[in-house]
Amino acid sequence: MNENWPLYEVFVRGKRGLNHVHVGSLHAADADMALHNARDLYTRRNEGVSIWVVRSDAITASSPDEKDPFFAPSGDKVYRHPTFYTIPADVPHI
Amino acid sequence: MTAALEEQFETTVAHDQRIEPRDWMPEAYRKTMIRQIAQHAHSEIIGMQPEGNWLTRAPSLRRKAILLAKVQDEAGHGLYLYSATETLGAERTDLTERLIEGRQKYSSIFNYPTLTFADVGVIGWLVDGAAICNQVPLCRSSYGPYARAMIRICKEESFHQRQGYELLMTMMRGTPAQKDMVQDATNRWWWPSLMMFGPPDADSPNTAQSMAWRIKRHTNDELRQRFVDMTVPQAQALGVTLPDPDLRWNAERGAHDFGQPDWDEFKRVIGGAGPCNAERIAQRRRAHDEGAWVREAALAHARKHAS
Repeated sequence: MNENWPLYEVFVRGKRGLNHVHVGSLHAADADMALHNARDLYTRRNEGVSIWVVRSDAITASSPDEKDPFFAPSGDKVYRHPTFYTIPADVPHI
Repeated sequence: MTAALEEQFETTVAHDQRIEPRDWMPEAYRKTMIRQIAQHAHSEIIGMQPEGNWLTRAPSLRRKAILLAKVQDEAGHGLYLYSATETLGAERTDLTERLIEGRQKYSSIFNYPTLTFADVGVIGWLVDGAAICNQVPLCRSSYGPYARAMIRICKEESFHQRQGYELLMTMMRGTPAQKDMVQDATNRWWWPSLMMFGPPDADSPNTAQSMAWRIKRHTNDELRQRFVDMTVPQAQALGVTLPDPDLRWNAERGAHDFGQPDWDEFKRVIGGAGPCNAERIAQRRRAHDEGAWVREAALAHARKHAS
């Protein structure tokens, strides 16, 4: 049998207080198996306290070809940054 | 259109930024990356066999647990790397078939037999030591998923090398027969280890392009020199002799002079005529064939529970 098992992306929370971070992918027949395989593959040395797996084909991603126009709306809004505003130096705690 | 994309690609690489899976890349870059990462993955998977040979005969529970953990790591490394090739559009089953049909290569080193338990130690010391020399610069490879996989792998390789060296130190404190085993294993693995860096630069036509694309950071000869210089004091500390009559310190160069491996042997082993090529592939094929019903059953089970 040469059919591929579906591909899952794996996200690991390194320790409490941190976000889950993408670490790689693996094949598994279903989500339960993906979770077990992810534990064996990506956390053999206590690298994680929590794992998410999600089927790769369930992810929608932005396209790198259109990255400039896609992210352009945030490029010209300097007033979203605190340094846009001039505050006198003698005003404390701001 | 393509010219602009190509320029953007070249600029990204030249600025030492990473290429990521969905970026445009030249077809030749994609093909080279798939070939290189797949060969690397195959090497990790086939690399489980020489040491796996000693799992049931390890001399103590401690050594057996260590060896099991190491062989399991090799499987893990293979899987990180297969996962990286899949980001380039390769298919897992296709890669496995290419390996067992001999259409993709793996490192020549794994075609040598492990005759005694000292070989387990020498593989950790020399083979994993050479692998670390090769792999540390790959943590800065221009292809992001490969570089990230290499960072994980390098962290784990350090355990591999140290367990091997410690094993050898233990044997060198043992009986004369045990010391002889360590020397014998060193004699057999030294030259194949030097071959792991690939042919001399003059015979390595792809190096220039790979360096320009920052797939490779150092030439084969540079890495081989680095490995020899690192290993000589380790051999002295261990009390073994490296089997090269031409090996000596060159104060002028600030490096060791050393002899060349038998490059004809290298070509023969790469070409499939090494001592264990047929056995390694046959075992991989058997494992794949005998696992077919498990893969099938797991998929049937998953489908049944999904509906």
